[in-house]
Amino acid sequence: MPLVEFRNVSYDIAGKRILSDFNLSVEAGETLVLLGRSGSGKSTALKLTNGMLFPTEGQVLVEGQSTREWDPIKLKRHIGYVIQDVGLFPHFNVARNIGLVPRLEGWIEADIERRVNHLLDKVGMPASEFRTRQPRELSGGQRQRVGVARALAADPPLLLFDEPFGALDPVTRLELQKQFLELHRDFKKTSIFVTHDVREAIRLGSRIALLVRGTVEIVSNPAEFQLAHGGEARAFLACL
Amino acid sequence: MRSDLTNDIIRLTGEHLSLVGISMALAILLGVPLGIVVARHPASRRWLLGLSSIVQTIPSLALFGFLIPIPFIGGIGTRTVIIALVLYALLPILRNTFVGILSVDPAVCDSAIAMGMTDGQLLRQVQLPLAARTIIAGIRVATVTTIGTATIAAAIGGGGLGVFIFRGVASVDTAQILAGAIPAAAIALLADGGLGWLERRLSPA
Repeated sequence: MPLVEFRNVSYDIAGKRILSDFNLSVEAGETLVLLGRSGSGKSTALKLTNGMLFPTEGQVLVEGQSTREWDPIKLKRHIGYVIQDVGLFPHFNVARNIGLVPRLEGWIEADIERRVNHLLDKVGMPASEFRTRQPRELSGGQRQRVGVARALAADPPLLLFDEPFGALDPVTRLELQKQFLELHRDFKKTSIFVTHDVREAIRLGSRIALLVRGTVEIVSNPAEFQLAHGGEARAFLACL
Repeated sequence: MRSDLTNDIIRLTGEHLSLVGISMALAILLGVPLGIVVARHPASRRWLLGLSSIVQTIPSLALFGFLIPIPFIGGIGTRTVIIALVLYALLPILRNTFVGILSVDPAVCDSAIAMGMTDGQLLRQVQLPLAARTIIAGIRVATVTTIGTATIAAAIGGGGLGVFIFRGVASVDTAQILAGAIPAAAIALLADGGLGWLERRLSPA
């Protein structure tokens, strides 16, 4: 059974069709990259996965159960989410930001602390140095690392990344992409990763789904993708 | 003679403080929740903000006058004064609460929702703490205004430092006017300073 499955999903907002007849399966353990231009519906697909939005037609299944049938709060806490602007809470220090979902879930403090320290070390930010920092004291790359640690905190089986590295300089972006691959190897999480950067898609994805105007044009592994002939695929490959 | 005046000053200052204190407590208890409602339900915005703006435009002496003939809430005395003062203080508190909540970075709210915060958790752990500074600023403006407006309470038998001022104006006695005006100004400055300090303490996000 796929971990996430889009079945004939359409999504309209204000009479405008954002996704139409969208079909896609995400298998456990893979990194599926949603590649597409702005407005192709990639972020919408993510929001349909964790119940921030619900399909107009069709259904999205997470672990075999429709997102409409999930308890909305439980579903969101079951899925880690990293967005481009990170959305760290400016009034919480680094440790409180990372420990947020475990705390909402009622973990005991000692476990939260251990988990936070472990994750900070994993994202390359020594806990002793960074635990008590405020988000505004961090660089963009460091904030993004904290965002990733926060998404991993409650050990969710699925992670959603919405152009997380889009606003970073190329050097920092490459560092974080490498770290993403290391974390993927260590934690073996399933990820859906949205980007408009074809290099990032090829570097990170186990499969790439190319989105064009709200539908999936092709799904293939990165090697096959580089040989694709479709118009939109060629347009993206020309960016390499 | 001298000690009579001192006693009066102390007594009327006490009355003034209690008028302002009770009115502000009620205005905060009403204004902050209404501000939250307005922030969460755009449909209520026109009505609540419109209504409280209208109240704000009524000259204060006229508002006291309007309230007197209204049954139950009106009449001569402290209760009418408190109702009028609450109505005046409401708008700045309501508006700043709602502006403060709406000006929280949408990315922060989105990520709070995406992480599975309930509505109540979003409000208590994210929106209200991040709006606190703006809300306190509204309370500060409302408090300083209320301390001044409360001097008019004496016109309808509400007591307070206005008693000195009205008496002084009626008998063209500058000393009496100052006996009311100086303590009122001092209270306003202290309240402004104290709430300003609190506002700065709540670190900018």
